[in-house]
Amino acid sequence: MTSSLLFNITTLAYLVSMVLFFAFLASKNKSLGIGGSFAAYAGFIAQTIAIGLRWKESYDMGHGHAPLSNLYESVVFFTWTIILIFGILDLKYKYRIIGAFVVPFALLGMAWAQLGLPNGIEPLVPALQSNWLLYHVITCFLGYACFAVACGISIMYLIKIGSESADSNAAAGGVVSMFPSARVLDDMNYRSIMIGFPLLTLGIITGAAWANYAWGTYWSWDPKETWSLIVWFVYAAFLHARITRGWVGKRAAWLSIIGFAATIFCYLGVNLFLSGLHSYGGSR
Amino acid sequence: MRTGPQSHFRRTFLSTTNSGFLQSLWDFFCSLKLAISLIITLAVTSIFGTIIKQNGTLEELQKEYSAGTIKLFDALGLFDMYHSWWFILLLYLFTVNLTACSIKRLPRVWKMASEPTPFLDSGLEKSLSNVYSFIAKGQATQVKERMTDFLKANFGAPVVTERDGEIHLFVQKSPYSRLGVYVVHLSIIVVFIGAILGSLFGYKAFVNIAEGTETDKVYTRTEKAIDLGFTVRCDKFSVTLYDTGAPKEFRSLLTVIDNGKVIYDKRPTIVNDPLSYKGITFYQSSYGPAGDPIYHLTARARNGSFNIPLTLRQGQMVRLGDGSTVQVVESTPEVGPMMPGFSGPAARVEYTPVGKPPQLFVIFKNFPNFDDQRGGEVIFTYDGSEEKFFTGLQVAKDPGVWVVWLGCALMVVGICIAFFMSHKRVWIRIAGGRVVMAGSASKNPTGFGILFDGLVEKLKQVEKH
Repeated sequence: MTSSLLFNITTLAYLVSMVLFFAFLASKNKSLGIGGSFAAYAGFIAQTIAIGLRWKESYDMGHGHAPLSNLYESVVFFTWTIILIFGILDLKYKYRIIGAFVVPFALLGMAWAQLGLPNGIEPLVPALQSNWLLYHVITCFLGYACFAVACGISIMYLIKIGSESADSNAAAGGVVSMFPSARVLDDMNYRSIMIGFPLLTLGIITGAAWANYAWGTYWSWDPKETWSLIVWFVYAAFLHARITRGWVGKRAAWLSIIGFAATIFCYLGVNLFLSGLHSYGGSR
Repeated sequence: MRTGPQSHFRRTFLSTTNSGFLQSLWDFFCSLKLAISLIITLAVTSIFGTIIKQNGTLEELQKEYSAGTIKLFDALGLFDMYHSWWFILLLYLFTVNLTACSIKRLPRVWKMASEPTPFLDSGLEKSLSNVYSFIAKGQATQVKERMTDFLKANFGAPVVTERDGEIHLFVQKSPYSRLGVYVVHLSIIVVFIGAILGSLFGYKAFVNIAEGTETDKVYTRTEKAIDLGFTVRCDKFSVTLYDTGAPKEFRSLLTVIDNGKVIYDKRPTIVNDPLSYKGITFYQSSYGPAGDPIYHLTARARNGSFNIPLTLRQGQMVRLGDGSTVQVVESTPEVGPMMPGFSGPAARVEYTPVGKPPQLFVIFKNFPNFDDQRGGEVIFTYDGSEEKFFTGLQVAKDPGVWVVWLGCALMVVGICIAFFMSHKRVWIRIAGGRVVMAGSASKNPTGFGILFDGLVEKLKQVEKH
């Protein structure tokens, strides 16, 4: 059993999960929803083992390091954290329909990683040889995953609100009737960001600490740093907006979606379009 | 926006001094709308600096932008925008706003945390959404004891007070969690103070030290020399590579000498493991050749007439005994990535026999017999090169960095308090056989509602028996 075979199984499991969740949406058949959750969990277990195996394989090759060192590994880890956060929400709040809007993010990530990214295990370049790598990457991606989940929930919220205002009678029969109430969605959006924001803060701080340790500058307005601050600002605005009247609900949902778009740009866009200190992505 | 007693006082006070302007200025800076606008403005303007090249040389800028654009961007400070006057001004406004908002709200919040309301009067009862009441059996003192025990067992030991024949029980948890958000605000100011300290009393510099040489000066970005007050010597610099040819380690052996005393002797300094002395830290950052490398070759005649070691610089032509000439054209410490199947150092050599056209070929240190196969009259072996490097060190002194870390620690603690803790309060009032239980929390009303409903269920159980 190799890690790459297990990663393919993971991708397949997330695909099955997404299809089941969509079928659940269309048919309202509860067992399809349970199936969707189980497929996601099965994929998650396979992925956990695969990440562990890849870690071990890197040691077998003689230059062992945590599998968090290039774009492929980071995308795989990102999808893992998305399913982790989804699983926690699913088990805690029992609104598994959220899976229909969150699992696609994970599937997209895994499919891109498996089909489009070089997956070789490379030795660590000197800049990455530090324990800070682990702390920094784990906190950042857990934060990103919370924002991904919040974005999915916000999309659900906007659909729900849109259909309710359009025609209350038609909505009762549509897929939207499966959604939790708008109030619950708004609350869960807030809760996901409430977990994600401290994690992002820790991610930025560990990044700054590492930069200071490795280069002697904790903040140099590098594009990656700046974009992480932009993301932090967007969610800080979101949190403050909640205590002013008129900024809950629709506007909060939009801020959450904008925040996740900024997160994705911070994660991928900066590497693909701008230059900077983070080595993954681009042509390397 | 709610108007607390504090700002009411301020308003009356200020209006008597005819300072309507000051009042509106204060209100402006206390506004949450300003805070949200500033945060969004900072986020949006920050994008410019990630798209427009920062701190580039004029030549670099001319490649990307027209003369007019350069003039415009330069006037707007967009080429060093994070240090431009307007961005710094935004940061100052943000700080003032943060401070004003905190000053305005803190007294009321502090009062709520430090001066609990142990009485559940009817006004308070009406303002709470979690209320449960019932008729209790038995004497008032018995009911009081039952309720006290109930709270003690299920939520916390209550404070019991009697007033106007009514008995009030009150328990609260983590009242100071209300201050979490102000800890976060304070932490941001602490981080800023640390950054200002660093920029006033610290510096960022760099220095290149060739192997075997030393320096007591480093240079800022504007080439200004700074005296270290001690000497740093680079004894050796080396690069190690993985099999793939990717760099594995950049290592400088640094010796620090202060007043003739050796403080560090040949201490390895690698990326992610800097050297610190007297608050000044040296970071392995770059390297390069210091002067031309020297090559060692051996030329051996196939007929055995000569076998001589050669020492030559790149491009330097050397004449052999038979009148032919040889020179090294280029070299590499690791040939693997360029020529699969080979490894180790290699040199490309140009050999010109007498009266014949020059021949170009590669010789390898790890394959000394390789050149034999070329079949030439003279067989070359490559014995390696001696290359002197310089090590490029980033040098930083930042006395404010610990203040920044203190601010970061405060921020994490503050955020955790602000998000994950809440000031929970539960009251019970006993009056004329009627018992009223009520509760509130500063955050997460849904979660507290569930907790309160649980309390009610348990209370019903207790009262059944």
